[in-house]
Order: sequence, then C-alpha cells, then structure tokens
Amino acid sequence: MIPLEYYLILSAFMFVTGVAGVLTRRNAIVVFMSIELMLNSANLTFVAYSSFLGDVVGQLFVFFVMAVAAAEVAIGLAIIIAIFRNKVTINIDEINILKW
Amino acid sequence: MTLEQGLFGFFALIAVASSVLMVTRKNPVISALFLVLNFGALSGIYILLRAQFIAVVQVIVYAGAIMVLFLFVIMLLRPEKEKSYFKERPQAKFLAIVIGLLMFAQIIYAVFFAATGKMVDDARRVEIGTIEYIGRELYTTYLLPFEAIAFVLLTATIGALVLSKKKLD
Repeated sequence: MIPLEYYLILSAFMFVTGVAGVLTRRNAIVVFMSIELMLNSANLTFVAYSSFLGDVVGQLFVFFVMAVAAAEVAIGLAIIIAIFRNKVTINIDEINILKW
Repeated sequence: MTLEQGLFGFFALIAVASSVLMVTRKNPVISALFLVLNFGALSGIYILLRAQFIAVVQVIVYAGAIMVLFLFVIMLLRPEKEKSYFKERPQAKFLAIVIGLLMFAQIIYAVFFAATGKMVDDARRVEIGTIEYIGRELYTTYLLPFEAIAFVLLTATIGALVLSKKKLD
C-alpha cells in the first residue's frame, strides 16, 4: 500500500504549481485554469484522507467541490466573455477598472 | 515494486508534468489540453485510492464538461499575444522561485506533522468508494447540502445566461 504522504506531497506540488500559474500568467482563462488545478489538488487531499481514514465524508465533500467548481466556471467564463465584449482583451493587467 | 506502486508512479509523473506544462505553455489551448491530461491522471490516482465514484465523476464532469466549456470560450475569444511576466521584471523570477519553494516546504512540513489517526484496511476503503455507499450517505445524512448544491447550480445557470446576454436591461 502506498503511504498517505505520497498522495499529500503530490497534492502539495499541484497546489503550488496552481499558485504559480495564478501569480505569473496574464491570460484570464489560464489564471482560471490554474484555480481549477488548485481545487483539484485540494480534492486529492480530501480523497486521500477519506480513503485512509475510512470516512466517506471526504468523498462527499469532493462531490460538492466539483459542483461548486462547475457553477464557478459557468459564471466566471460568462464574466470573461462580458469583459471581452467591452474591452476586447482578457489580459488581467489591462482589466483594472476596480483598482484605485 | 508492486503493480500499485508502479501505477502510482506513472500517474503521479503524468500529473506533475502536465501541471507544470499547463502553467508554462504560452498557448491557452495547449494549456487546456494539458489540464485535461492532468485530470485524467488524477482520475487514475483516485482509482488507486479505491474511490471509483469520484474517479468516474472526475472524468465526466471535469475532463468532460468543464474543460469543454473552457475550450469553447478559448476558441470564442481572439487569441492574443501574452507577454511574459518575467521578461519585464527579471528580478521577480528569483523571488517567485523562492516564494514557491517556501510555500511547498510549508505544506510538506504540515504534511509530516499531520495527525493521521488510525488507518483502515482495504475492504473498508473499497466499501466507502462505491456509488451505492456514497449515494446512501448523500440522500440521508447529507440531504440538505445536496439540495443546496442543486440550487447553487440552478443559480449559476441563470447567472451565466444573464451575464452573457448582449444587453443588460
């Protein structure tokens, strides 16, 4: 049996990669995909603990996270399309009307 | 090396490589395809953790539905040249690597001091991963969150429709 730590380290690596993507990429869609990567790494931790502790709640939580992620993607991509319609760019450096 | 260890190494390698490639590729379409590969590898890892239901849902919902939505939107929008963040700020690269490593070390530190509790045997792990067991829990103990999540999805659908209308009244 593979130790729990292996799964957790894989999850940590994926999370850090996602953070790096959010901080360094300028394309709003790629930033969004990096957030999906971070959500998935959290899901991996949930499933790993759920499986190793014999508790089904972790897997239920992953189910809910997936539903929320689907909702988030639908709304987020609609917002990106609305922004693109107004500013003809999805570069997040140029979308700064909420900055002061 | 057992088959399970070999499979774990295979899927973990794909997951790590595809996540790094996803973040570093310039073309968003290629990024999206690497993310699909990453989700596929994760699904294999879920199978190794005996979570069959989650593995199937991962492929159907994430790799199927969500990523198709991403690809549609990428192809709707005009591809534009993305300037490299580090080209303008060369000193930021060093800082980013240091911060990334620090964060990784922090999580690893937390992992090795985590209270893991009692491990269960394989029969129990297989039992809780089945769709039957998850469904029974979902429709009894966790019925209220389940209904709430249905409402969240409905709201998101209506919100997406309203947001992508041409003119807001």
